[in-house]
Amino acid sequence: MLRTEGLEKQFVLHLRGGLRLPVLAHVDLHVAAGECVALVGPSGAGKSTLLRALYGNYHADAGRILVRHEGALVDIAAAAPRTVVRVRADTLGYVSQFLRVVPRVPALDIVADAARGVSREQAREMAAALLLRLHIPARMHALPPATFSGGEQQRVNLARGFIGGHPVLLLDEPTASLDAARADIVVDMIAEAKQNGAAIVGIFHDVAVRDRVADRLHHVTPLQDAA
Amino acid sequence: MADETLLSARGLSLSFGAIPALVGVDADLWPGEVLAVVGESGSGKTTLLNVLSGRMAPHSGVTWYRDPEGVLHDVHAMPMPALRALHRSDWGFVHQNPRDSLRMGVTAGGNVGERLMAQGMRHYGRIRAEAIDWLRQVEIDADRVDHLPRTFSGGMLQRLQIARTLVTHPRLVFMDEPTGGLDVSVQARLLDLIRGLVARLDIAVVLVTHDLAVARLLAHRIMVMQRGVVVETGLTDQVLDDPQHPYTQLLVSSVLQA
Repeated sequence: MLRTEGLEKQFVLHLRGGLRLPVLAHVDLHVAAGECVALVGPSGAGKSTLLRALYGNYHADAGRILVRHEGALVDIAAAAPRTVVRVRADTLGYVSQFLRVVPRVPALDIVADAARGVSREQAREMAAALLLRLHIPARMHALPPATFSGGEQQRVNLARGFIGGHPVLLLDEPTASLDAARADIVVDMIAEAKQNGAAIVGIFHDVAVRDRVADRLHHVTPLQDAA
Repeated sequence: MADETLLSARGLSLSFGAIPALVGVDADLWPGEVLAVVGESGSGKTTLLNVLSGRMAPHSGVTWYRDPEGVLHDVHAMPMPALRALHRSDWGFVHQNPRDSLRMGVTAGGNVGERLMAQGMRHYGRIRAEAIDWLRQVEIDADRVDHLPRTFSGGMLQRLQIARTLVTHPRLVFMDEPTGGLDVSVQARLLDLIRGLVARLDIAVVLVTHDLAVARLLAHRIMVMQRGVVVETGLTDQVLDDPQHPYTQLLVSSVLQA
């Protein structure tokens, strides 16, 4: 479902005299349908950078990021921006650590808007059910999440990420702000997504969570900084 | 996927005296897509909007518009009446200052209904009903339909301008700093409104803004301009989170974090 070939990424800081920070080199990652691969490595090794590159949020300098989208392989690293928009809408889901939304939109609409291939009514019903499952009580559904706690915002984000049932799912610390009971729910949701054939790549700070969801580990090793 | 562009510009150049406002600008817009044009004051972004919409002619370059029948029109070679007809029907223009497009001596309902009448609608009851429906869609109370715009707040005026623009169901809307000059609370409401309407009505938008947060929340793609040159273009979140060009890096790093 998802494969990278020779992926490379460096940051060039033009405001720091063109300082070059190589982060990723020769990344060859392969994730099959129904499989969860956890990215592991020390802090600063480039796990989040890799995940963001897979989503097209970061620019890949070399290599390919192949995603199976509507039966064909699309190279996220080379695709036209509007193609990436389509791949994200239908194939490639992403749960970021932080919620970034239009300030006034209610939590329910934020989640319902991410549903795929269902009517508006069905989307709202699915969104409500998913929020309730993640222990966001009904009285909060009509509120914009700006005033929610960090853990509540993360759960809104999770509901938004899982509602679409995307065939490829990227998870950046999905349980970071959650207590054990809430994290268990997320573990169950990941297991269900795998059963439904999703290919998942995730960063899981919590080793217990990681061991329960991951089929394989992919090691991300820090590169030496170039002068 | 619609592969044919709605609007395509190639090699647009324009100078004001010795000052280059546009230097070889290419731009493409596909149906239903929101394209943000960002840059500092004087970067040429508003000039680009005026040229793309045919309100200004470039010194060189061409802009093509594809009509609903698939016929291409050279925006800068169109006869004035045809261009005006386009602006009254298929296209819309939302100005930063709503007073630039609203008629301040005509009621709110009249301002919205006028665009319908310009398209040939004559049935007064239907025009009024449509106007009231659009006031509701932009969250203006129906009982304000007979009030003059000068009794409206800045945020209401902007929403009225949007209702007036969208009532004819345009396929393409040009927006010049639509949230500029408004209080932040009013801005959030307007952003939410624009986002919802654009998605629901499948409108293509060229959005000029200096506010990168507005671009992030509304636009699929972004173009960064500096001194008339497009220095970077791409997916909105990629350009803002991983800018490649020195000027974009400067712009992004200069934003205050609230």
